[in-house]
Amino acid sequence: MSKVLSKLPYEVQTEPVTPLSVLSLDGEVVNPDEMPELTDDQLKEIMYRMVFTRTWDDRAVNLGRQGRLGFYAPVSGQEAAMIGSEYALNKDDFICPGYRDIPQLVWHGLPMYQAFLYSRGHQHGGQIPEDVHVLMPQIIIGAQILHATGVAMAFKKKNEKRVAITYTGDGGSSEGDFYEGMNFAGAFKLPVIYVVQNNGYAITTPYAKQTAAHSVAHKALAAGIKGVQVDGMDVLAVIKAVRDAAERGRNGEGATLIELLTYRYRAHSMADDTTKYRTKDEEAEWAPKDPLIRFGKYLESKGLWSEEDTTRVKEEAKATVNEQIKKAEAVEKMTVEGLIDSMFETTPQHLEEQKADFK
Amino acid sequence: MAQMNMKEAIRDAMRVELKRDPNVLLFGEDVGKVGGVFRATEGLQAEFGEDRVFDTPLAESAIGGLAVGMGIQGFRPIAEIQFVGFIYEAMDQMFIQAARMRYRSGGRYNSPIVFRTPFGGGVKAAELHTDSLEGLAVQTPGIKVVIPSNPYDAKGLLISAIRDNDPVFFMEHLNLYHAFRTEVPEGEYTVEIGKANVVREGSDVTIIAYGLMVHTAVKAADELEKKGIKAEVIDLRSLVPLDIDTIVASIQKTNRAIVVQEAQKTSGVAAEVIAQINEKAILHLEAPVLRVAGPDTVYPFAQVEDAWLPTVARISAAVQKVLDF
Ligand SMILES: Cc1ncc(C[n+]2csc(CCOP(=O)(O)OP(=O)(O)O)c2C)c(N)n1
Repeated sequence: MSKVLSKLPYEVQTEPVTPLSVLSLDGEVVNPDEMPELTDDQLKEIMYRMVFTRTWDDRAVNLGRQGRLGFYAPVSGQEAAMIGSEYALNKDDFICPGYRDIPQLVWHGLPMYQAFLYSRGHQHGGQIPEDVHVLMPQIIIGAQILHATGVAMAFKKKNEKRVAITYTGDGGSSEGDFYEGMNFAGAFKLPVIYVVQNNGYAITTPYAKQTAAHSVAHKALAAGIKGVQVDGMDVLAVIKAVRDAAERGRNGEGATLIELLTYRYRAHSMADDTTKYRTKDEEAEWAPKDPLIRFGKYLESKGLWSEEDTTRVKEEAKATVNEQIKKAEAVEKMTVEGLIDSMFETTPQHLEEQKADFK
Repeated sequence: MAQMNMKEAIRDAMRVELKRDPNVLLFGEDVGKVGGVFRATEGLQAEFGEDRVFDTPLAESAIGGLAVGMGIQGFRPIAEIQFVGFIYEAMDQMFIQAARMRYRSGGRYNSPIVFRTPFGGGVKAAELHTDSLEGLAVQTPGIKVVIPSNPYDAKGLLISAIRDNDPVFFMEHLNLYHAFRTEVPEGEYTVEIGKANVVREGSDVTIIAYGLMVHTAVKAADELEKKGIKAEVIDLRSLVPLDIDTIVASIQKTNRAIVVQEAQKTSGVAAEVIAQINEKAILHLEAPVLRVAGPDTVYPFAQVEDAWLPTVARISAAVQKVLDF
């Protein structure tokens, strides 16, 4: 009887990875080597954006309940992932977002009232201003991954030192588009960053039912691109990972897949009920990892932040959201005629005729 | 008999068939534990186990292809595509691979699959959740296309679809899931695929519709009746095969017709219906057959949805036009 080898010499091995963290749960720097370079003002700015976004998310959920917003996917819990990753970019880097990635768009320059218009089902929501380098949120899961790949190839061909970044969830990493995009990026060595916000669920389906891979980050291996796993509740770790990836992209070293381990406190969208598929224990386990608490503690220890700052930012966020939703509500309603005219550069005759039905 | 809404009737059809035939399987995104984003499959995993009713990873092409592979191995998959706009991701598997399995294998293999998907406007859903994409399926040889308009038909047609040895694209209008209840028999019964239903008799004009538009057409017929115009309303129920005989019989009586569809106007189901009327009944017509449809734009963002979709007023106006011709 020949001996059965537990590991064949020619079997490809992948070991589990350890996610990158910079801060402990108490806000202490545990990994100083990986600390991104940031001034005190920048540190405060990051906290400002996270607190602002948490408040805005609370308000958006309420506006949704009042019927003043339409489709909205909550983000609370994911502030470090979203805000940190955007903060690590240059203004001319290009964002291809999924449906949940509204904060990145707004912090990258999309006026908030337009984000609200998008949610309210108004076309003007997607009319991105000239100097803002983003696409509107993508509904088809995975489609944006391919767009980012194309944008990155364009940057490379034009010799521009810019990177494209795209976002999806752990669920999105199961789509064919995800593999196809990464494979192209590997083959063409493109300056693109694939961010997977692994918040443990795709609507109701848990990670364990999504894939048998140790980590989403492992999926980079087969595409021949770099893959890293990062504590997505630690904003400093997120910034570090995305900055590194952007630098690699700009230097012609190709693409990176970044898996951010994170958690969304609320349901997938306004419509589902988390109690049907999540446990209280699990929620309790994630609560102390909250990116605001953790980064807040770090800033407080450096004397850069206080309770009063949080209160002030919350008030500011509430006022801004109020003003921006009113601005959105004041925008003239769409018409079918306007819609018809938005299909082609010059409206063809048959469409001109179709307008008659809507006079 | 039980009173059911269309969603409950659809669930009941799946329950009946899962119970009757151990080869029937149900899978898709989120269909298991919580029973789908609309709860259309609620309770089925608890009743039949994870072996028969299961969640898949988020990958529509794989869902479609899994159904094809299981189908040729003797299973009878019911594969759910969570929302209609996501069928594009699965189109190769549904409309190419499944639809030509019988042809390619000279009858050796077939695709006894039901692809279920919700669709249909007027619910202000996010982009690409409601579009009327039945025209894509109808253009595909080898797949049947069924769209029920009420709970009774939904259950009977779905049972027929599950028992059918060819692939069936079964589209469930979102706005009908909870719209109303009707009497639905317990247990098994079938409604034949390929038979239209005359839902309202009339002698002056025929209104041909399917899905939610059947109800809009009936409302229009009620309005027209007040003006002394008697409209006959036909519910197509299945688009492939199309029951042209019922349509022709009606036109022989009324000599005038219009076709109503939510989908964009050009080259859609209505165009096909009119082409077949021309082929089979042109000498019975007193006026051209008109279409009431969405305009040729992408399905609009929520803001203009209500204005975009065919209305009672637009249907009535079209009827008036064929009468005044
Ligand atoms: C192609 C496609 N399939 C299905 C859906 C429906 N859907 C919307 S979100 C979602 C789950 C996404 O999960 P994940 O990628 O993990 O992101 P998360 O919502 O958790 O941030 C699904 C199945 C869709 N929008 N597009």
